[in-house]
Amino acid sequence: MQLVETSPQHEEGARIMTICNACRYCEGHCAVFPAMEKHLTFDASTIEYLANLCHQCGACFQHCQYAEPHEFAVNVPDTFAAVRTSSYVNHIWPGMARPLVRHGRTFSFVSALLATTAFSIGVYLEHGGQVFSRSHDSFYEVIPHGVMAGTFSLLGVAVLLVWTMSLVRFWRILGLPSAFFIDRQTYVRALKSMLTLENLGGGHGKGCYQHGERASQIKRWFHHLTMYGFLLCFAATSLGTVYHYVLQFPAPYDWLTGPKLLGTLGGVSLLFGSAGLYWSRRQTTPEIDTEDHGMGVSLIVLLFATSLSGLALPLLKDSSWLVVALCLHLGIVVAMFTCFAWGKFMHGMYRAVALIKSEHDELP
Amino acid sequence: MKAEFDVIVIGAGHAGLTAAICAAEEGASVCVLEVAPRNLRGGNSRHTRNLRAMHEEPMHSLDGQYGYEEYWQDLIRVTGGQTDEPLARLTIQRSEDSIDWLKQHGVAFQPPLSGTLHLGRTNAFFLGGGKALMNALFQAAEDLGIHVMYETEDVSLKFEAGQFRSASFTRAAVSQHKESCQVEGRAIVVAAGGFEANLEWLAEAWGDAVLNFLVRGTPYNRGDILKQLLDAGAEKVGDVRQCHAVAIDGRAPKFDGGICSRIDCVPLGIVVNQAGERFYDEGEDFWPKRYAIWGRLVAEQNNQVAYTIIDDKAQGLFMPPVFPAVQSDSIEGLAQTLGLPPSQLCQTVEGFNQAVASGEFNHQDLDGCRTEGLAINKSHWARTIDQPPYRAYLLRPGITFTYLGVRVDERAMVQFENHHDSNVFAAGEIMAGNVLGEGYLAGIGMTIGSVFGRIAGKEAATLAVG
Repeated sequence: MQLVETSPQHEEGARIMTICNACRYCEGHCAVFPAMEKHLTFDASTIEYLANLCHQCGACFQHCQYAEPHEFAVNVPDTFAAVRTSSYVNHIWPGMARPLVRHGRTFSFVSALLATTAFSIGVYLEHGGQVFSRSHDSFYEVIPHGVMAGTFSLLGVAVLLVWTMSLVRFWRILGLPSAFFIDRQTYVRALKSMLTLENLGGGHGKGCYQHGERASQIKRWFHHLTMYGFLLCFAATSLGTVYHYVLQFPAPYDWLTGPKLLGTLGGVSLLFGSAGLYWSRRQTTPEIDTEDHGMGVSLIVLLFATSLSGLALPLLKDSSWLVVALCLHLGIVVAMFTCFAWGKFMHGMYRAVALIKSEHDELP
Repeated sequence: MKAEFDVIVIGAGHAGLTAAICAAEEGASVCVLEVAPRNLRGGNSRHTRNLRAMHEEPMHSLDGQYGYEEYWQDLIRVTGGQTDEPLARLTIQRSEDSIDWLKQHGVAFQPPLSGTLHLGRTNAFFLGGGKALMNALFQAAEDLGIHVMYETEDVSLKFEAGQFRSASFTRAAVSQHKESCQVEGRAIVVAAGGFEANLEWLAEAWGDAVLNFLVRGTPYNRGDILKQLLDAGAEKVGDVRQCHAVAIDGRAPKFDGGICSRIDCVPLGIVVNQAGERFYDEGEDFWPKRYAIWGRLVAEQNNQVAYTIIDDKAQGLFMPPVFPAVQSDSIEGLAQTLGLPPSQLCQTVEGFNQAVASGEFNHQDLDGCRTEGLAINKSHWARTIDQPPYRAYLLRPGITFTYLGVRVDERAMVQFENHHDSNVFAAGEIMAGNVLGEGYLAGIGMTIGSVFGRIAGKEAATLAVG
């Protein structure tokens, strides 16, 4: 059974990989080229695999003797970025969510707007108009803990379901055996690649070429700030849940408590990381700055807005803006959750599967 | 535009930029004239991948040991002794520093390759290939304040009594205007490559057959500077008739096809000409040792084309070519698609199949699987061609470099008739014929460029700034 339909992007990918496979000068740059060398021909699934293994570091483009103006017009990062975008659209579950992915910017904006409005209306109906002009000691006075926890638990379960369904599909496209039959070492190595972004190192460890001919670590660092910032925020929320349900210790927390420390540190890291990634995208060499339906910028803006509004909340505690800020923050977080499911956040998932396959195939 | 510099460098390939960087590090002001536009800069160095270096100990990028004596013997073997011994010995001795010099100037190497060419011990591979190497050197040059001018056309060098005075040229300016420029220099390094892209010049010596050759590298190596030097009385080395040509895919672009155009399956099948007849032992030796003579062999055939034919047994045993094979389920069908006489091709293949003696095929070894009783036998890897689909690739000669150049001494100084001292230095392919009078040793072109680039840059700067 053919799991992927061959698109013009796949055909261009196959054309380019055939040239690269005859050249092989780039084999030291990243995991893509050693993986390519295991093939003689490139069907759509193989191109999906290689494209999602590509971290868009740009080294192979800068160093390509066949890049334009050569008639071969080889541009691996650009071609693979287009394939990846089509992966994100085509392999999404359920299939009817595809238009949402294809209109990333609008989808994110509208979901943030709708969710903020919904929270505001809810608060209005519950407390009346005066609630918006007062300060509050605890957020739960405005929106009960049960409502918040219920909303995001439900969204979280939905996101997990979408991830699982999309990932299982992608796992099968890549022809990997059952996840339980894969060696533990393979997972460990793939995880190390993810946590270090080794493939953004250019092969010499000096960084990537997103911004031109000189290698730079800046994108890698901004991505680290974003990813680890996000993980810290996630840890803060998880710890908060433990405090609430296990320790029977509800919010608000002091600055020197676990959830607050982790959340603040993560939020600041996320703020700088996402701002940096936005800047980095704007500086991208035009030849490898590939259209992605606004998915990338949506995720970055949502992460930035989430951390900014989240960090602002405690500072606004005594202000009359608190309720508006709270509704806005929660609305943005809802939009971020939709982006987790049907947006650029999936790149991490697909890349993780591709890295697992790359490590799996390296085994004797 | 008019300007003065201590050192002028002609050509921004590996040798030229090495010279420019060394001259600038000696305190000279340096201007580099590059004929290509910025995105095609770097001459044939763009297409290279490695440099052959002597080393007594394993290095990060080189396995084991490759000593002075072994290197020397390799060089003598491939050149048949056609080498200027002091210059050759100097090249080998100083090749040891080349890797460190390049690393210090931002070039990255990859760990030793264990690939098809078995070069992990003798040759250090640039991470990302020659264009990555050149980008790093251009960055080093930029950091040193070296002035690089692109698209410099019609460069004309002015000499007085064996001394260089100035270079006039035009270059593209705004709105397609051409700007006339003149730069004066106290010394010059010529590193403008060979003349392999000037097929008309080669045709004078070779005849029109050469017009059917493909040029594997840059279209900008037209030998204009070499001609001017020879006209100004520079002594020449090498023979205009000599060039290094290999058998490559006949469908490759006329210029700049580079490494992609290689076809590695010749030893696994047979090669026929347009008459459908075999003309040489395809299994004489490993392909890396034989591809160079196949350039000449194909050049001698009608229309300078040949066809390598394999059957399905050979699939996957050689590097994948860039263009798809012509494929058919019968030899006759293959002949029809290729435009070869079907009956003759069938007869050639049948005759070949009947002559195959028994043996154990092993494509990684000289396996002795041979044919017997043919006018032209195949010495190794001879297997019957009988398992469809049959595949064929068109072969043409692809010219890599030329040997004709200017004679230099150990200071890289160009030797002029009737003049002892000169302010003209040479590096790279334009003088490689001093060391490599004949034949080829993988990666030695880059070694010559590195060693003489460093010498030329330093000597030119010393002469210019004292």
